[in-house]
Amino acid sequence: MVKQHLSFWGAVGRLLVWGLLIVLVIIVLYPLLWMILSSLKDNNQFLSDPFGFPERLNWHNYVDAWNLGVSHYLINSLIVTVASVVLTTLVSAWAAFGLTKLVIPFGNIMLFVILGGLMLAPTVALIPLLRVLQELGIYNTLLALVVLYAAFRIPFITFLIRSYMVDLPHEVDEASRLDGCSRAQSFWRLIFPMSKPIIASAVILQCLFAWNEYLFAFVFISSDNTETLPVGLANLSSTLNTDYPMVFAGMTLAAAPMVVMFFVGQRYFVRGLADGIGK
Amino acid sequence: MTVSARGALREKTPSESTRALVLPGRRQSRHSGSGWRRTPSVLRGIGGWRSVVWVAPALALLIVFVYFPLVQNIWLSFFSWSVFNPTPEFVGTANFVHAAQDPIFWRALFNNVAYAVVSIIFQVGAAFVLAALIEEFVRGRARAVLRAIYFIPSAISITVAGLLFYFIYQPQSGILDVALQHLGLGSWAQSWLGQDSTAIWAIIMMSQWQGFGYTTLLYSVAIQRIPRDLYDAADLDGVGPFSRIRHVTLPLVREMSTLLIIVTISGAFQVFNEVMVMTAGGPNNSSQVLGTWLYRSGFINNQFGYAAAIATVIFVITVALAILQMWINQRRRVEW
Repeated sequence: MVKQHLSFWGAVGRLLVWGLLIVLVIIVLYPLLWMILSSLKDNNQFLSDPFGFPERLNWHNYVDAWNLGVSHYLINSLIVTVASVVLTTLVSAWAAFGLTKLVIPFGNIMLFVILGGLMLAPTVALIPLLRVLQELGIYNTLLALVVLYAAFRIPFITFLIRSYMVDLPHEVDEASRLDGCSRAQSFWRLIFPMSKPIIASAVILQCLFAWNEYLFAFVFISSDNTETLPVGLANLSSTLNTDYPMVFAGMTLAAAPMVVMFFVGQRYFVRGLADGIGK
Repeated sequence: MTVSARGALREKTPSESTRALVLPGRRQSRHSGSGWRRTPSVLRGIGGWRSVVWVAPALALLIVFVYFPLVQNIWLSFFSWSVFNPTPEFVGTANFVHAAQDPIFWRALFNNVAYAVVSIIFQVGAAFVLAALIEEFVRGRARAVLRAIYFIPSAISITVAGLLFYFIYQPQSGILDVALQHLGLGSWAQSWLGQDSTAIWAIIMMSQWQGFGYTTLLYSVAIQRIPRDLYDAADLDGVGPFSRIRHVTLPLVREMSTLLIIVTISGAFQVFNEVMVMTAGGPNNSSQVLGTWLYRSGFINNQFGYAAAIATVIFVITVALAILQMWINQRRRVEW
């Protein structure tokens, strides 16, 4: 705002805008606050006094949720997330390196095949994937989720990393080549470390995806001890739907890590999102 | 966007290749055939095949888990089989005819379209207005804080958001109906997820709550990339903030708007998670979407061929939108 003096209507407009922004903040935050408060109530108060503050802080809801399966779901989600992040980021970074810094026979076709995956919706592959996973003997295992999360996200993550590597100064890999670096040395010592900012974005976005993914986890996992958080939580709420505050405790436990991660890595997060869609 | 424009140009600038050509011959001969990019084409040699190992893992994963199932799905949508009758039997277009005559298929398609329309209104239209207002009226740290708060629902999983609103929409204990009663609007209170007429709309509104912060953030990034001098010119003309949004900001983020509309529609045809968690398609299939109806037809009703046909419909719609998006992207690069 350059103008020093606001007119009357300017002031009214400004007031209305701030009113709107604050109402939206309440609409966004209140349900989340309600979730946290409800997770600390006992069941009676949850049903009789939905808006009140918890009379006592029933932290045991969290303990109950943890013991009733959330601990397993959390560990499974953690395994799947970490493994798929490592697999996806590495495979995508290799591909991006190959496609931007090396000469590859039929490179354009390979680029098209990889980025073409961006178009394809996971739902479309659901029915045949059941057979594929069964024939590979990995149906109902965490490994199935790891490879599926990698396969369906490699196009996007490669796209992201590739557009960064394309912009890395050409002189760098030329110099490394003159120093007699092999391709592997050049990747690990130069290109990969130089791509750190976009790798960070890729890691964060893939974490968010893997942690929250539901479709594959719902369809291809059929036993309680291999379920990840999103599916496990949905089951928790339907099978034990008499103890609501405990379900809320489970939901809070599932939501917290990604919210924290978003605030910690916000800079990389925004960059990844912007680069991902803005290109 | 500027970055991508530079990137796209970089690959094509003639100076790159000419520079490679005028490199001293000693360097060229020593490194010809090493598979590095931008060596002169005559000296490339056959060493390039060794570079394929860098791309091979990505290709292998994609072919086995994405492309092969996809092609097989189209093939299978012309067959009929079930758990009891596991050998696929060719039935021609019968599955598609079945879809055309299946009222639940049309209901699901309608719900997907409703999802798309409402999402365009809130996650593109309203998100633009919100982002523009934030950029126009909010300064400094408050701006980042607001954007971050609006984004929080997108960071939590849609399963958690769906469960949360499942409880919010409950008739007795849910805070929506209780709040309406407190406000003297008790007659509006109802079982939002329990009746045919409201279930899908309740789910769609939850999805707006979850998703608008994401697109607002993207619009903010797009608005910040608008060159400042365009605003300075508007200031000289003495234009107020609202008409500045209307006449400067809106036209200049048109590319982002087009992309977001396409991405939003494409996403609306892939909806699965929130419907499954909140109603599983009920009551009376009134909130089925193509994704959940596909799942139910195949994995519950045991009509895998029919499910594959529904998947093929989703495939055609999403790929058409993706091609449209690529075409627009391509055109934009030329413009930049």
